[in-house]
Amino acid sequence: MIEILDLTKRYGKFTALDSLNLTIEKGSVFGFVGQNGAGKSTTFSILATLLAPTSGSAYVNGYDVQKEPKLVRKQIGYMPDFFGVYDQLKADEYLHFYGASYGIPFAEREKLIPQLLDLVNLSHKRESYVDLLSRGMKQRLCLARCLIHDPEVLILDEPASGLDPRARVEMREILKELKSMGKTILISSHILPELAEMCDTIGIIDQGKLVAQGSVGDIQSQLRGERLILVKVNGNAENAISFFEDDPNIFKLSLLEGGLSFQFIYKGTTEEQTELLKRAMLSNLAITSFAEAETDLEDVFMEITKGVELT
Amino acid sequence: MKNLVVNPVLNKEFKLRFRSFKSYLGVLFYLLALGLIIVGFIFIESLSNNMQGFFKPEQSRTMFMVLSILQLGLILFITPGLTAGVISSERERQTLNIMLTTTQSSSSIILSKLISSISYLILLIAASLPLYSFVFLFGGISPGQLLTTMGFYLFTIVVYGSIGVLFSTLIRKTIVSMVTTYGVTLFLAGGTAFLALIFMQLTNTYGYTGTQPTNPLAYFLAMLNPVIILMSTFEPEITNEITRSTGIEFPLWISYLISYTLIFIGSVLLSIKKLRPNMQKG
Repeated sequence: MIEILDLTKRYGKFTALDSLNLTIEKGSVFGFVGQNGAGKSTTFSILATLLAPTSGSAYVNGYDVQKEPKLVRKQIGYMPDFFGVYDQLKADEYLHFYGASYGIPFAEREKLIPQLLDLVNLSHKRESYVDLLSRGMKQRLCLARCLIHDPEVLILDEPASGLDPRARVEMREILKELKSMGKTILISSHILPELAEMCDTIGIIDQGKLVAQGSVGDIQSQLRGERLILVKVNGNAENAISFFEDDPNIFKLSLLEGGLSFQFIYKGTTEEQTELLKRAMLSNLAITSFAEAETDLEDVFMEITKGVELT
Repeated sequence: MKNLVVNPVLNKEFKLRFRSFKSYLGVLFYLLALGLIIVGFIFIESLSNNMQGFFKPEQSRTMFMVLSILQLGLILFITPGLTAGVISSERERQTLNIMLTTTQSSSSIILSKLISSISYLILLIAASLPLYSFVFLFGGISPGQLLTTMGFYLFTIVVYGSIGVLFSTLIRKTIVSMVTTYGVTLFLAGGTAFLALIFMQLTNTYGYTGTQPTNPLAYFLAMLNPVIILMSTFEPEITNEITRSTGIEFPLWISYLISYTLIFIGSVLLSIKKLRPNMQKG
């Protein structure tokens, strides 16, 4: 379990983290969303005992990151957003090095390493020099490295950045497996929409502040006041457009490419929406489809952070 | 102690160092440079003496001195290059953060980094030992003197290595750390000798009033200078001159050992303290 209390980090006048409060339950997967420079990496660095906070506290499995950093290090597997590898080491030597750094005896490492390489689908690369691996393979090897001391908490800063779609899918599958192993996972990623299904909770951070926290569904429902609706027509769209334009709950109506569909933001209640659809049907507008467009997590994130900037 | 012997960082560093072909090239060029100078020295000496084509045994001692001082110069030149990047290069390569999140202690990381980088220098010196057989071939030097010189090298390497590691820990960029370490090395190995000579000269110039005036400042500069210390082990006259001029009779080499041990301890402790952020709540 991770507990963050009033965590603040300042660099001179710049506030990277502003009284962040967060609780992540044991065994859950927490997705951290935010723009570059929002404070995600700063939070992760503090949890990984790499950075001292200006004020506030953070606990990993009950251990204070400031008072008991050594005990915290045993609990966590940390994967930074950017990391390098040693160019003259082979994949298994790389894992041996970090295993030994955690004090794992050689014989035990010999048993562990093939299992870890198998978990991240790199068994065939055991004898390859790390530097020659592709980026996706390096990321997976780094993930295997995080797991070598069997930590309860994984802190993964942008584990899928710079990966091609196939490598992203592979990474996602591995993370799912780790989740099923009961690990507490903190993850920040650009591909959070893809990971949404495996995140129990997400937190949206902007300018060092947590602006929203909850399940993916909770956060999406925060925006339920506004829905993006896509309408498709069979034939001339002008009649349909002039019908919808008159509704006071409709904003930002725009005709889409091809002229056979248009979208708008609807701010009315669900009952009003039902009424609107009924009237449209009765008006012989040749509508073939009237549907709420799916708002994905990225849209939610853009919407929320936009709101923060305005205030 | 066991932790240090089977230390993962040490193990990894040895692997990285000795897998690289550059390391072997380094040994080759080092020995070539020293060898050429010895052959050149014998050649010039045998040309310049009265019996052309012969190398007198007495000159062997001079050759030993030249070789030793030259080797010291090479050590002082190479040590910063090998140590001033040990931590900062890991930082630049973005491998340091990962290493710092493991449960290895800061002291274990710093000490194994220091040992691994200076072990290469020790290899260079060990590889150069056969060159000293030239000296023994002609006689004129005791094995004790050779051992003293080797011990002196080892001690000096460890201290200068710790200075390199310190700057590498404190300074983010390897290039800046290198420049700073070379600057400090240049000051300790050259600047102190230069200043000590100036002070001794000044003391002597104003010293024709009957009794020998003394100025202790030159002593404190000389005791920091490895070249003066090494030369004083060959030529006791150097020590006598410094004692006359400064009025301090305490053996210079002991002051060197004490001051350099303090520098070593200070550098290592500060490196260990600064490797990880100070997490204590203020």
